[in-house]
Amino acid sequence: MDAIFLQILNGLDKGGAYALIALGLTLIFGTLGVVNFAHGALFMLGAFCAVTVNKVITLSAKVRDESVTFFEAYKDVPYLEMWLGDTGSLIIDWSIPISLVVAIPVMLGVGLAMERGLIRHFYKRPHADQILVTFGLAIVLQEIVKAFYGANPIPQTAPDFFSGTVNLGGLIGMDLTYPTWRLVYFIFSMGIIASVFSFLQFTTFGMVVRAGMADRETVQLLGINITKRFSVVFGLAAVVSGLAGLMYTPILPPDYHMGMDFLVLSFVVVVVGGMGSLPGAVAAGFLLGILQSLASMTEVKSIFPGIDQIIIYLIAMIVLLVRPRGLMGRKGVMED
Amino acid sequence: MAKSTITPRSDLILFLGFTAVVLLMPLWLQPLGAAYPDLMQKFAIFGLFAIGFNILFGQTGYLSFGHAAFIGVGSYATVWVFKLMTMNVIPAMIFGVLVSGVFALVIGFVCLRRTGIYFSILTLALAQMSYNLAYSVLTPITNGETGLQLTTKDPRFLDAVMETGSGIPPTNVFGIEMSAWDGLFGFYFCAAFLILGFYISIRITRSSFGSMLRGIKTNQTRMMYTGLNTKPYKLAAFVISGMYAGLAGSLMAAVDPLAGAERMQWTASGEVVLMTILGGIGTLVGPVIGAAVIKYAENIFSAIDKSVLIDLFSFMPDAIGSGLAAVTSLFVGKGWHLTLGILFMLVVIYLPGGIMEGIERIKRRFFAKDHANNDA
Amino acid sequence: MSNILEISAVNLSFGGLKALDDVNLTVKEGTVHAIIGPNGAGKSTLLNSIIGKLTIDSGSIQFNGKSMLGVQPHEINQLGISRVFQTPEIYSDLTLLENMMIPLLAHRDGAFKLNLWSRGDQQRDILDKAQHFLDDMNLWIKRDVIAGSLSRGDKRRLELAMCLSQEPKLLLLDEPTAGMARADTNNTIDLLKTIAGRGITMAIIEHDMHVVFSLAERISVLAQGHVIVEGLPEEIKGDPRVKEAYLGGAEV
Repeated sequence: MDAIFLQILNGLDKGGAYALIALGLTLIFGTLGVVNFAHGALFMLGAFCAVTVNKVITLSAKVRDESVTFFEAYKDVPYLEMWLGDTGSLIIDWSIPISLVVAIPVMLGVGLAMERGLIRHFYKRPHADQILVTFGLAIVLQEIVKAFYGANPIPQTAPDFFSGTVNLGGLIGMDLTYPTWRLVYFIFSMGIIASVFSFLQFTTFGMVVRAGMADRETVQLLGINITKRFSVVFGLAAVVSGLAGLMYTPILPPDYHMGMDFLVLSFVVVVVGGMGSLPGAVAAGFLLGILQSLASMTEVKSIFPGIDQIIIYLIAMIVLLVRPRGLMGRKGVMED
Repeated sequence: MAKSTITPRSDLILFLGFTAVVLLMPLWLQPLGAAYPDLMQKFAIFGLFAIGFNILFGQTGYLSFGHAAFIGVGSYATVWVFKLMTMNVIPAMIFGVLVSGVFALVIGFVCLRRTGIYFSILTLALAQMSYNLAYSVLTPITNGETGLQLTTKDPRFLDAVMETGSGIPPTNVFGIEMSAWDGLFGFYFCAAFLILGFYISIRITRSSFGSMLRGIKTNQTRMMYTGLNTKPYKLAAFVISGMYAGLAGSLMAAVDPLAGAERMQWTASGEVVLMTILGGIGTLVGPVIGAAVIKYAENIFSAIDKSVLIDLFSFMPDAIGSGLAAVTSLFVGKGWHLTLGILFMLVVIYLPGGIMEGIERIKRRFFAKDHANNDA
Repeated sequence: MSNILEISAVNLSFGGLKALDDVNLTVKEGTVHAIIGPNGAGKSTLLNSIIGKLTIDSGSIQFNGKSMLGVQPHEINQLGISRVFQTPEIYSDLTLLENMMIPLLAHRDGAFKLNLWSRGDQQRDILDKAQHFLDDMNLWIKRDVIAGSLSRGDKRRLELAMCLSQEPKLLLLDEPTAGMARADTNNTIDLLKTIAGRGITMAIIEHDMHVVFSLAERISVLAQGHVIVEGLPEEIKGDPRVKEAYLGGAEV
């Protein structure tokens, strides 16, 4: 029983990542009508924001290592530590939260540039063209990252404060030790999801966007400049996806192709949740994350070998065959 | 009114021209530095793959993002026949194509229940699933990360009777080894299939079945209200296209008897999409040209490394030269995929009809000039 | 004259809204029957119910004595119903000749035939028929033109040629002149008259009164999902209920 609970918990952080990417995907699809195959690349770019910030603040000088007395040894000491002492170490330790501040404007910029520079010209083109051009963009982005950071994963560490584990089972009398950062990730993703939903629900801007998702033409007839708002939506989706990737770095060391790996799964999430449905994307994200986690239990795997590898795809197939619109899909969205 | 230019006669000329160009590859590729068997085999194999993909995407309008799965299945099936039965490639390839056909039938049955982007995503997901399975549970069949290889312990029941000596015998066609004629036999073997595949694709395109496929691509509503059941047509196109991919996979195994899961990855599926687009969607020769151009460019670009570039720019002042070399090196060698991605985007943005459309445009410009001259 | 299409006591509601309310309607063989009514009266709903796209809650729709319940779109055509859409549904990327070949092949070979080898454009019977039906619409001369580049009126004629090549028993037309210029509309009316003259049964959904009264031999007026009047054109013209149905909204 404890093991099952633990697996459900383990699924939450992955589910959170799926949900955040899927949220952006479906937001872009619902408002702009564009299928963005480069959305995974945004997730990856976010992760590499963390890597970059970490690289910058740990820029080091070679200093004689006094602890080694037998021969002349040198060690790397970050400038920040040399200049600021313990404060410097603290800043380095908190590099991931700090990089959040950097990533928001960067991702917003990337998103806006992408929409203005490329996606906008593809609104009227067939979906196949949109898929193809964003697919090309995804390759370009990940190859650029590969050129700068190499092909190997670059591990990132969470702040010391969040390292280790917490025991969540204390309250209900179970033994559920859980890595603290995963818990942080889950809470973070819930926070982002809540902010996106309340932004759409409670602001005038959000209201127009929702109306645009429901019926684009009518909203345009009202004389509202939808296009401008939609590029902001794209920027927003880029930020959401980027932050999701950034915060995920301590859980999964980022490499250049992590975006595509997540994208394939996120598409499945969107399809299962229902194209164009925001709650569907979130629910399906967590659902599939948890199911994947449960399927990787040894007990399950001994009955169905390899089920952990294919569970998501199996669920997607079943959902599409039984409920073609997805769990919460809207009528009329991509019906044909 | 313009008279239709497509006649059986024009198709025959196209086919003969194509055949001549393919058969003479070892000659005319010489000055391009591409006339060695390995590369020419790749042209033929990926040309076949792209022709098959085009039947589905170009003719029927269904964008599959998981077509590499059929290559993988074809390769595995072929290698298994090598291992169990005989190193003669013919039975192995027949088996490979049949297995991938059956696999395509199953995948197609599921995926074709949806259209548009749903179809693309479903094919992508199923291909990724096959790829994951090949790496994990199916290891007994696929030999996981190592890939399926031949060993001296393989039974090879049919060959065993007359086998002499030790070691792994080479793949052959009724005794003629693939590496015969300085490797050219392997190329001509693949080329024969490319030509056959091209011929079949002409026939399918011009057949009434082909008309139906184009009808499906253009207007499914009208198809249905014309009393046509579109599902079997789409499934047939999917299976044919999957069998082409399976044949390509079989040929890969025939010229180099091993099979690995990386052939099934989404990047491989993306590559064939790119070949088709680059050459010209829906055209007959376009996909083959696209495949050849990409494989040729890959061969050239990925071979260039930094030292070559520094040599290349050595006539310039050091600072500029090394700077240029650094920038260019992003796009070549291991960075070749970056070039590929950029090329891909440029084609989709500026030349959606690919190279074939480019040729058309140039032709039209020339003809337009002719007209202008005549008028003057 | 026998009844080709019989709609009796059909009800259909979406959620709480009653879209079709006890609709009874009979189309007699060889006539042109128009179904008119103000916007939102349920004309399109009725049409979609006839072709089985919508499933009715109760009642029955019979074509030639056969229930239309649960038929697949491709079976509709094989039963003998051809549909002309509001926006002409043609194969706009293909040439006119190929546009014609598809329905002709379908008519000859049925719903599915794996004809991988024979060239469609080399089959005499198909080509002759294509010429016949395109000539009928004065389109043979444009046979190698890509259909998407035709004018609206020509597209409509191509669609009609495609539909007629199926030798339909009933032609369903959904606002066949919507979005057309006056001249094109008049041409289309003449064309439809010619077709009607050959004895093909037509059911037309239309709100352009000019079109309706030029063509229809019988008219049913639909309002709020109910057939309020059915009769000959001259009877409908003077009927106060029809006026009310059309102007009712305007008087508010």
